[in-house]
Amino acid sequence: MITGGESPRQPYEKYFEWYSNQDRAHLIAKSRDAENIFRKTGITFAVYGHADSSEKLIPFDIIPRIISGREWRKLAQGIEQRVIALNAFLDDIYHKQEIIRAGRIPRELIERNDAFLPEMIGFRPPGGVYTHIVGTDIVRTGEDEFYVLEDNARTPSGVSYMLENRETMMQMFPDLFHANKVRPVEDYPYLLRQSLASLAPPGCKGKPRVAVLTPGIYNSAYYEHSFLADTMGVELVEGSDLRVIDGKVKMRTTRGYEAIDVLYRRVDDDFLDPLTFRPDSALGIPGIMDVYRSGNITIANAPGTGISDDKAIYSYMPEIVEFYTGRKPILENVPTWRCSEPQSLKYVLEHLEELVVKEVHGSGGYGMLVGPTATKKERADFAEKLKAKPANYIAQPTLSLSTVPILVNKGIAPRHVDLRPYVLVSDKVQIIPGGLTRVALKEGSLVVNSSQGGGTKDTWVLED
Amino acid sequence: MLGRTANGLYWMFRYIERAENIARLIDAGLRMSLTRSGTGDDDWDGVLQSAGVRETFDEGHSKLTSADAIDYLLRDRSNPSSVMSCVDYGRNNARMVRTALTRETWEATNEFWIELKSLLSKRLKAAEMPEAIDAIKHRAGLIRGAFHGSMLRNELYNFARIGTFIERADNTSRILDVKYYVLLPSVSAVGTSIDNIQWESILRSVSAHRSYSWAYDGEYRSMNIADFLILNGQMPRSLAYCYEKIVSELGYLAKDYGERLPAHDTADSIRKTLQTRAIKEIMDQGLHEFLEDFVTRNNQLGMEISDGYRFYA
Repeated sequence: MITGGESPRQPYEKYFEWYSNQDRAHLIAKSRDAENIFRKTGITFAVYGHADSSEKLIPFDIIPRIISGREWRKLAQGIEQRVIALNAFLDDIYHKQEIIRAGRIPRELIERNDAFLPEMIGFRPPGGVYTHIVGTDIVRTGEDEFYVLEDNARTPSGVSYMLENRETMMQMFPDLFHANKVRPVEDYPYLLRQSLASLAPPGCKGKPRVAVLTPGIYNSAYYEHSFLADTMGVELVEGSDLRVIDGKVKMRTTRGYEAIDVLYRRVDDDFLDPLTFRPDSALGIPGIMDVYRSGNITIANAPGTGISDDKAIYSYMPEIVEFYTGRKPILENVPTWRCSEPQSLKYVLEHLEELVVKEVHGSGGYGMLVGPTATKKERADFAEKLKAKPANYIAQPTLSLSTVPILVNKGIAPRHVDLRPYVLVSDKVQIIPGGLTRVALKEGSLVVNSSQGGGTKDTWVLED
Repeated sequence: MLGRTANGLYWMFRYIERAENIARLIDAGLRMSLTRSGTGDDDWDGVLQSAGVRETFDEGHSKLTSADAIDYLLRDRSNPSSVMSCVDYGRNNARMVRTALTRETWEATNEFWIELKSLLSKRLKAAEMPEAIDAIKHRAGLIRGAFHGSMLRNELYNFARIGTFIERADNTSRILDVKYYVLLPSVSAVGTSIDNIQWESILRSVSAHRSYSWAYDGEYRSMNIADFLILNGQMPRSLAYCYEKIVSELGYLAKDYGERLPAHDTADSIRKTLQTRAIKEIMDQGLHEFLEDFVTRNNQLGMEISDGYRFYA
């Protein structure tokens, strides 16, 4: 928020004016109020591997992250370009594979990748849309310098926090919203439902029936699943509620079995259909892939989209964007060493103390090494894992991430953040002005994942 | 709606109702042990019976003390009908049917659970009991209020209400059945002071010791008390009242679904019994037998609803 330690960056001017008139003790009390609001609403998540903490709160910081309208426009253009490229890439990969034939991407990278689903070859989802919902993770490193960290084209989570954070801020600080013209995010559930319904399958006659598929109440994101179903006004279903009958996916209702046309699934590909994928899955619906392929249900996001946001593919994104859009990418890609390549592996091993090393298929900040903050022993241990299975890893430099202010007991302090805007794809691409800002609450930390002590903030895009 | 959602709603409201009723039972038990001279531990035998947990209590305790009984009824998670267990189950069901509840109803349920967990984190001292019982009744009231004030009057509402009243009818009939002998006219035609205390305790366990006085001119008579709890249509915890509501909610469902199920006939016939029989007739033919029969039919209705509307867990 502060440039050169003097005056606040332009988008923060009005906020800062307001802040300087606030009593700090009062604000800290407000922080506690916010926590109570979240607790009573039940906005909780589960941390895997913690037996006793089945429901935890994500810490919330009451200072909003503010983005100017001008900054946002550039970001939005860049995201739209990327999302269009992702869909074109998926369509190509599951059809003609021109990008492979053109020699831009190695064939084995696709075909030996677990996220690539041969079942999708030659099949085009309704409306030709693969990624109905995308959450693009972005970091800012300087004025107008944005890097994309990850594309999250499978089942990105966190949008309920975007909405609840805004709701909470408006409840606590209505005066701030009078002084600042903040673009609304509240219509997300409405847009999501419209967007999903507009991509109903050819077999759907009449008004499409939409449902959200959740793994159940013990899933870490269950709150979000129920929140989205509730705010969209559609059924929340589990695999055991559904059956394939007469070539349709139907749910067990109090009136008998009724068909579903569009399924917003929050269950991974592997678990979707035990007849096609993991036979031990109890979360899916046996036979749903047949219904899908015969045009009687829309699955959002489409199965097999994981191939586009895979960490091994990530390093090729600049080529992918250029190949399908014919233009240079607007947003930067973080330089990435693929440890499968001997040259890169050598470099990575020699520079571990400067690099972040990630598992290619990992997520949630698990199984990664942050070189600069790791101990000597941690780096040495990690080097062994790396040498044993180099193809499992990629490495990236630690970016000098921008910081934003958070409220601490002593006042304001800078912390590193990222940003996940949410994108809806139908016959158009809609980017919700805002998103989820995750913040590394520990001083100096670069890890923003909620499972690793990260928090969230409301994210404002100003109308200017 | 999903059969699983209907089932979850039905049980959520049964458990919340049960939690509140158990709290009332404890309240009545506490009151008894204050008003009676000598050992109060015997009274808890009746309370445990009314709560339907007399036998399971013995499995974990070698003798019955009031402190253990209260703890078992209030906090013990090995007792599926303890207040804490009921609120746990109720809230878990609520989480599962989260999308069927308004935000207000869900928040009231969640806050009940949050408060109760901290309130009952350790054994309560006798002096802390009244406050705890009040908090439970208060929280349950908030759920009811939020539910009435904010839910759409549709099938969700009907299933939730049916759960409430089937549970309530079950509770009231059990309370009466455990104490039926003190209501028998043969024991004493005019209440002795011991009887009066027993009777008041029954009324207190359905929070009706004041309203009884209004309805029956302050006269404590066993026949009136039985009438009040079984047949009086103004008394919100009487069997007759519960069945008015059940029949009416089932009626909405029949209209909505365009069909009547076996459950409708069962409910109608139970209501008819409650409408047409006089209390004297019931007493003459045997209060205990009447109540036993009622509990069975009430359970049967629950199962018919669950089958007819395709409930599943």
